[in-house]
Amino acid sequence: MISRRTLIAGTAAAAGVVAAPWVARAQAQRVQVNFWHGLGQPLGGILEQVVAGFNGSQTQFQVNATFRGAYPETMQAAIAAFRAGNAPHIVQMFEVGTATMMAARTAIMPVHQLSTDTGVAIDPAAYLPGVRGYYSTSDGKLMSMPFNSSTTILYYNKEAFRKAGLNPDQAPATWAAVREATQRIKATNAAPIPYATGWPTWVHHENFSAIHNVPLATKANGMDGMDAELRINSPLHVRHTQMLVDMQREGLFRYGGRDGAGEAVFATGEAAIMTTSSGFRARALREVPGGAANVGFGYLPYHNDAIQSPLNSIIGGASLWVMQSPNRTRDEYRAVAEFFKYISQPQIDSKWSQDTGYVPITLAGAAQLRESGFWAQNPGSEIPTLQLQRGTATENSRGLRLGNMPQIRVVIQEELERALQGQQSAEQACNSTVTRGNEVLRAFERANR
Amino acid sequence: MRKRVIFNNKLLPYLLLTPQIAVTLIFFFWPAAQAIYYSTQLQDAFGLRTQFVWFENFEELFRDRNYLESVRVTLIFSVSVTVLSMVPALLLAVMADKQIRGATAYKTLIIWPYAVAPAVAAVLWLFIFHPSVGILGRLLLRLGVPWDYALNDGQAMLLVILAASWKQVSYNFLFFLAGLQSIPRSVIEAAAIDGATPTRRFWTIIFPLLSPTSFFLLVVNLVYAFFDTFGVIHALTRGGPGQATTTLIYRVFVDGRENNLLGPSSAQSVVLMIFVIALTMVQFRYIERRVHY
Amino acid sequence: MAERKPFPNWSAHFILVAGVAIFAFPIYMALVGSTWDASTIGRGQMPLYPGPLGIDTYLQAWFSGQGTRARGAPVQVMMFNSFVMALFITIGKIAISIISAYAVVFFSFPLRMFFFWMIFITLMLPVEVRIVPTFAVVSDLGMIDSYAGLAIPLIASATATLLFRQFFLTIPDELVEASKIDGAGPLRFFWDTVLPLSRTNIAALFVILFIYGWNQYLWPLLVTNSPGMETIVIGITKLLTAADAQADWNLIMATTVLAMLPPVAVIIFMQRWFVRGLVETEK
Repeated sequence: MISRRTLIAGTAAAAGVVAAPWVARAQAQRVQVNFWHGLGQPLGGILEQVVAGFNGSQTQFQVNATFRGAYPETMQAAIAAFRAGNAPHIVQMFEVGTATMMAARTAIMPVHQLSTDTGVAIDPAAYLPGVRGYYSTSDGKLMSMPFNSSTTILYYNKEAFRKAGLNPDQAPATWAAVREATQRIKATNAAPIPYATGWPTWVHHENFSAIHNVPLATKANGMDGMDAELRINSPLHVRHTQMLVDMQREGLFRYGGRDGAGEAVFATGEAAIMTTSSGFRARALREVPGGAANVGFGYLPYHNDAIQSPLNSIIGGASLWVMQSPNRTRDEYRAVAEFFKYISQPQIDSKWSQDTGYVPITLAGAAQLRESGFWAQNPGSEIPTLQLQRGTATENSRGLRLGNMPQIRVVIQEELERALQGQQSAEQACNSTVTRGNEVLRAFERANR
Repeated sequence: MRKRVIFNNKLLPYLLLTPQIAVTLIFFFWPAAQAIYYSTQLQDAFGLRTQFVWFENFEELFRDRNYLESVRVTLIFSVSVTVLSMVPALLLAVMADKQIRGATAYKTLIIWPYAVAPAVAAVLWLFIFHPSVGILGRLLLRLGVPWDYALNDGQAMLLVILAASWKQVSYNFLFFLAGLQSIPRSVIEAAAIDGATPTRRFWTIIFPLLSPTSFFLLVVNLVYAFFDTFGVIHALTRGGPGQATTTLIYRVFVDGRENNLLGPSSAQSVVLMIFVIALTMVQFRYIERRVHY
Repeated sequence: MAERKPFPNWSAHFILVAGVAIFAFPIYMALVGSTWDASTIGRGQMPLYPGPLGIDTYLQAWFSGQGTRARGAPVQVMMFNSFVMALFITIGKIAISIISAYAVVFFSFPLRMFFFWMIFITLMLPVEVRIVPTFAVVSDLGMIDSYAGLAIPLIASATATLLFRQFFLTIPDELVEASKIDGAGPLRFFWDTVLPLSRTNIAALFVILFIYGWNQYLWPLLVTNSPGMETIVIGITKLLTAADAQADWNLIMATTVLAMLPPVAVIIFMQRWFVRGLVETEK
């Protein structure tokens, strides 16, 4: 048996040498699809393995995945390429670019239309509601292909909790509990930084609004129209911002910078509590001193006097957009659709989730993770998925569709930074965010009317 | 002034000028004209819809309190970089001008940072002042200084100024040294015989004689701080915290590139072009001398 | 009489040594940083002396550029791109400037001064102020992600043209006369007389422009977006901002050191030309 297999392999290798030109031609005859992504290492490598898996699973199509820098750079590259007439077939776009892409009517091919045109079935009902809602029109038509999705959760350092005399097996569930824990941590000097956060806007504004069932913006957070206006100066938002300012003044919270920059202090073991992307899990397990045993997980905290049972959180991450370009053939679209179908299979989806820490995007994939015992063996890994499905989604928790959202995130962070420095009050920060953010929204509306 | 003896050739001079003029037209004048045109337009990111909006982009710009703020930031940044890179350079040049041993070695050791790109200089200083990684950043925290350039306006500004000035000291040093070396020894010795104290001698004789160099360096450093320090800000603070380190150039980049706002960004380009033309006019006497001597 | 000095010599040495130390300190830290592993640095536990890893880090940076978190192009690729861009800019600028200065000085033709001023005015239009429209033009010409797109928009040079013009004006008329009597045409005169005479100027400009080209930042940031086309200066800051991840400091520092080597070497080994070039171009 072994010898026969070796023999076959040997023959194949020998034939390969002779037939190399033929193989190359066959390669060229495959329908080529360009796929630009924005995932650095190690995630990018895992993504490329998924792509390689697709390429190996059939002989008609070939997807070529290239890393184009972080999400914003990938977005710029795709826009520039579109304007120059050579857009990639597929581009991975972060969730906050959704509104921009949807408004680009003739630059993109909606996934539901791709499915109809090519006859490759892509059923929206197969995906987690929290995931598909973010990338669908308000009547439920899928615009882009859900892909790497995460949400924000809480991490805590068990060693620091132990030192502070807190229960290391229980994550603080509410902001009141977080605050109390940080006071203990500071008083006992259990960690240099009691609390820090990654992704300030995603955690403290976007997901905060969703789980508390308050609007981030009118028009169902922009899903129902481009004329939405920000609402993040509600009393609850002001109160929460005030809490962050107070905690920072009392030395309970340290602002670590925009986007993911704040995560570093948890990885080094300096911070005792962290709220950030569920995608941070792998790094936390690998880097926190004391290793995996030292990292605890919890749901995103909420204000228990504002809402009895918090709603589902919303996703972040990215989806895959199909771009149009002159001279694109039916076969190429077909290849794209087949690729989408491939990555939506439960076993591919659940493996992707296991390898990367992203949530599974299909219901079947999630079920597989539960049934295989993966969740049970890896404590905390079920939290993001369960949190995304918690309660019944309202128009405040379905997702966001605000134009120029990346720019709005910058505005929110800027105003928050000014409040944390004591240059303005929490209320001023929230009001000023709304004023400036609305200007950004109006600019988007004007440019896309 | 022009040559008396020249070649008589009808076509050749045009051919010789063609490459330079072509590049100038295609990559300088055409985009400049485009900037003016785009500044009256509003367009979506993909260029699918374009509208003519008259001066709306300019109106929005001057209504934007953050734009006016970035004018202030640019001024503070540029003036600080100029001062911080010129004063130490003068001090070092005066020292290196002395007839001491190893003067040449000192010179070499001081001028090489000029070769370091501003963005690279920024990374080097970041590695030193990073609050959780940098050697001095951690030291400051241990000494009880709440050092956090990601959050503190002043500290962020300080860091970008420091990183931007560092390499420019070398440049100023060279010019000051050349200026000092061109002052005749006899002038200084005459003053010494008159009994002027060394410090007095510096301020009454040497410094005035250096003033053309100083003025020239002042202009060059301001221009450097304005246009060539984008890399420092992009690598270190990305214009933050808030918009504390967003200079005018950085803002053009953010709006034009990251936010895909073609019209508003072009309006800023037009404003900057007017500014640069005005700046050049101020410099004009100086340049005129250079051109027509 | 012995000159009385404002400061005694030892204080001059002291100040100079302090200056040199301040200049060298960041580089020393970069060298140290490139010899420790990323986690030690990340935890803020890097000592002030070099660690055990030096060579490995440099090999990793040179051949793969892939860290545990960051994902960059190999340094050898980025260095090559930087070299091509810097040389393209340097040679391009010198070439088109010298011939246009030659045309302006040694010929008389209609619109001579018009062209001269046209070149001169480019001083007022630095690429930084017209980012988006220039990018649009380059994009329309299909030059995104190409060496041509990196270099050509930067090779117009008023400064170099002015420099050559000034120098040409000092070439004695007798030389031109003599060459005309010998029956040499303008191209011959350029090749046999003007070019050899300009050697020093060309060398000086070469040093300055090479450093200018190597250190470009904003323009390469705009026109390159595939990893294979990045220049090394861009590559470093991309390593720094790898999404969702803490930086691979050892790799970044090794890359930084490598990125500084060529321009610093040029300054140190061609110091004479460098000083001359700097003073000449900015005078």
